[in-house]
Amino acid sequence: MRLKAITTGLAVIALALTATACGSSTANANTIKIVYRVYSDFPQMDDFMKSVKKEFEAANPGVTAQLDPITALDDYVTKVQLMQRSPSTAPDVLFEDSFYVNADAAAGYLLPLDDRLKSWPDWNQQFIDATKQAGMAADGKTYAVPMSTDTRGLWFNKTVFTRAGLPTDWQPKTWDDVLAAARRIKETQPDVEPMFMPLGKPQAEAMSMQTFEMLLYGTDTKDLYSTADKKWVAPSKGMEDALGFVSTAVREHLTQTPAQAEDTQWSQTQMTTLMSQNKIGFMMDGGWYARYWSPGGVSPWPEWSKVLGATAFPTQHGQAPGKVTLSGGWTLAIGANTGNPDAAFKFVTTALNRANSATIDVALSWLPARKDVQTDPRLVEKDPTTPFWASLLPITRYRPTMAEYPQVSNAIQVAGDAVLNGDDPHQAARKWAEDVTKAVGADKTKAG
Amino acid sequence: MARREHQRIVTWLPPLSPSFVLLGLFVVGPILWCFYAAFTNTAMSGVAARNPRFVGLENFANIVSGTDVGASLWLTVLFVLGSAVVGQNGLGMLLAVFMQRRGRLLRGVVSSIVVAAWVLPEVVAAFAVYAFLNSQGTLNEVLSALGLGQQNWLYTAPMFAIILANVWRGTAFSMLVYQAALSEVPGDLTEAAEVDGAGPVSRFWHVVLPTIRRTVVTNLMLITLQTIGLFGLIYVLTAGGPDNKTRTLPLLMYEQAFKFGQIGYGTAIALVLLVLGAAFSMVYIRSLRAEV
Repeated sequence: MRLKAITTGLAVIALALTATACGSSTANANTIKIVYRVYSDFPQMDDFMKSVKKEFEAANPGVTAQLDPITALDDYVTKVQLMQRSPSTAPDVLFEDSFYVNADAAAGYLLPLDDRLKSWPDWNQQFIDATKQAGMAADGKTYAVPMSTDTRGLWFNKTVFTRAGLPTDWQPKTWDDVLAAARRIKETQPDVEPMFMPLGKPQAEAMSMQTFEMLLYGTDTKDLYSTADKKWVAPSKGMEDALGFVSTAVREHLTQTPAQAEDTQWSQTQMTTLMSQNKIGFMMDGGWYARYWSPGGVSPWPEWSKVLGATAFPTQHGQAPGKVTLSGGWTLAIGANTGNPDAAFKFVTTALNRANSATIDVALSWLPARKDVQTDPRLVEKDPTTPFWASLLPITRYRPTMAEYPQVSNAIQVAGDAVLNGDDPHQAARKWAEDVTKAVGADKTKAG
Repeated sequence: MARREHQRIVTWLPPLSPSFVLLGLFVVGPILWCFYAAFTNTAMSGVAARNPRFVGLENFANIVSGTDVGASLWLTVLFVLGSAVVGQNGLGMLLAVFMQRRGRLLRGVVSSIVVAAWVLPEVVAAFAVYAFLNSQGTLNEVLSALGLGQQNWLYTAPMFAIILANVWRGTAFSMLVYQAALSEVPGDLTEAAEVDGAGPVSRFWHVVLPTIRRTVVTNLMLITLQTIGLFGLIYVLTAGGPDNKTRTLPLLMYEQAFKFGQIGYGTAIALVLLVLGAAFSMVYIRSLRAEV
């Protein structure tokens, strides 16, 4: 009898413990949770958030900003979306890729900000109209405040170019010019990798955007998604040509080897280090690299701004406007289920006021989303190529933000992986069109 | 009688109830949810995250009509057969047999080397294999020191690389299980066979193996189920590449559910994985029954 009482008692205690352990944490309206990404190549964000927290808490006594950094690279989005699926774990303020604003707004994860933004003078006077679009979803409401934007193009090494007898104010006019320069580097400096572009499965979205979409948007097909017809462009002559370009580069050993490209542990640091050793001729990527090379970056290289030049990526045959670029950007958004939207909005306006916007844009070599930051002298001081990258903004394009995009992008990566490993670009393009049609439905595609 | 039954329940239910609750919450619950989600278009974001729709068998129709799941299923079977059934199981048995009645020192040294890989956390073990096989890795250094050609093993032979990694990491378990089983084989049985003129091989085959048959099947079942769901090791080494040559079902499931946000489709693939595990288990259980 005694034993039974004891076991029953223990069982009750165990049950009670289990039950409390599963209960949700109590939501406290005076604490707001700030979720953002940190990574070894991205240490500046953590310092920034800590200083904003200090400023915010000093101005709002009684309210605590609880920082919740997520250490992740590609899977940051996955982790945040998983948090957002449950109101008890959803962030109050989150660092959000502008690219996901549309889908997350449709999912009901984000709070519409229009009414609050209306009464924020900075929003009306200082934020650049084009970048405001980044926070707007398909329903016409604004869900996020932009921190930055960026553009893409070519970084080239002037030392390598001089040795190859190529101009140090390089301005390729066509894809053939780009390939010709690569061949010339290959002939003159066999130990240099002439060109680098994000390729291989581990590069994931970078391979789709920085490589294939940059190529595709410079062809006569021009588009991945036709906004006019509301249809995905597949099959696509432009995609076939883009695959052909990469295939040529890989076959002639003008780019990194397939084995390097498929290496899961290949890091940005290895790549930036190779650049600084004059081992890479030019690379196709974004304009944010100064953050790696400047003091405090992951691979400091004091001479980088003397050795490297930046130039626009050309269209296929030099079609107007002669160059092509794509933009992304980061924003701050507010969770739909926040217990204290006023505090959350105050945190956003503090983080993105003039001084703080300037700090983070300079630290991460981003292009500003505010007019009054564009003219900040520290931007050019740290990265003399800033005016060039900003000059590409008038012709910039954005990726389609439709919910099917990740699958279309995956189809691009599959096709890219196939040509990287020696497949025929024509066949890869046909398979790509089939995959896209399957993913989005035949009624939502058109040939182009 | 009914009273006694009732009393029995009272004695076993309270101490077991916490485990029932925990199992229900963390095992049965998720599996049931998985069954439900597999018939919906649940997604990570977008409209389907807020209002998932019941889509019937659409996810399964996509699995059958596409080539991805079939290819991954085949890779998973290959990986399980190569690394668990043949690799870990065979090598574990071989080590256990050879270490029987050896000196204490030798047993100690070999056991520690084999068990070291088992003790390492999965990700650490994966990085160790990466350091061994990558293009500037130990294997290539050794090969070039011997004047032999180098290659990037993770690129040229990815399936071989992940099988090797899993054999290296998991053999210790089988070895330990078989060491225990072999020590339980009565000595007079093998001695009697020896007197009758049976050589070491036929002694093993006709006397030892039948005696430890149940252990073999149990071991196979355990390591098969462990290997079917293996994710971290493969993800660190190849991430399913190059060109999806090592994308086993768990990697495909992760990719679909978390990279492309199609949780419904991902859970449908999880069910395929469940069926595969059940199929392997059935084979093992039947093989036990057949001989008894």
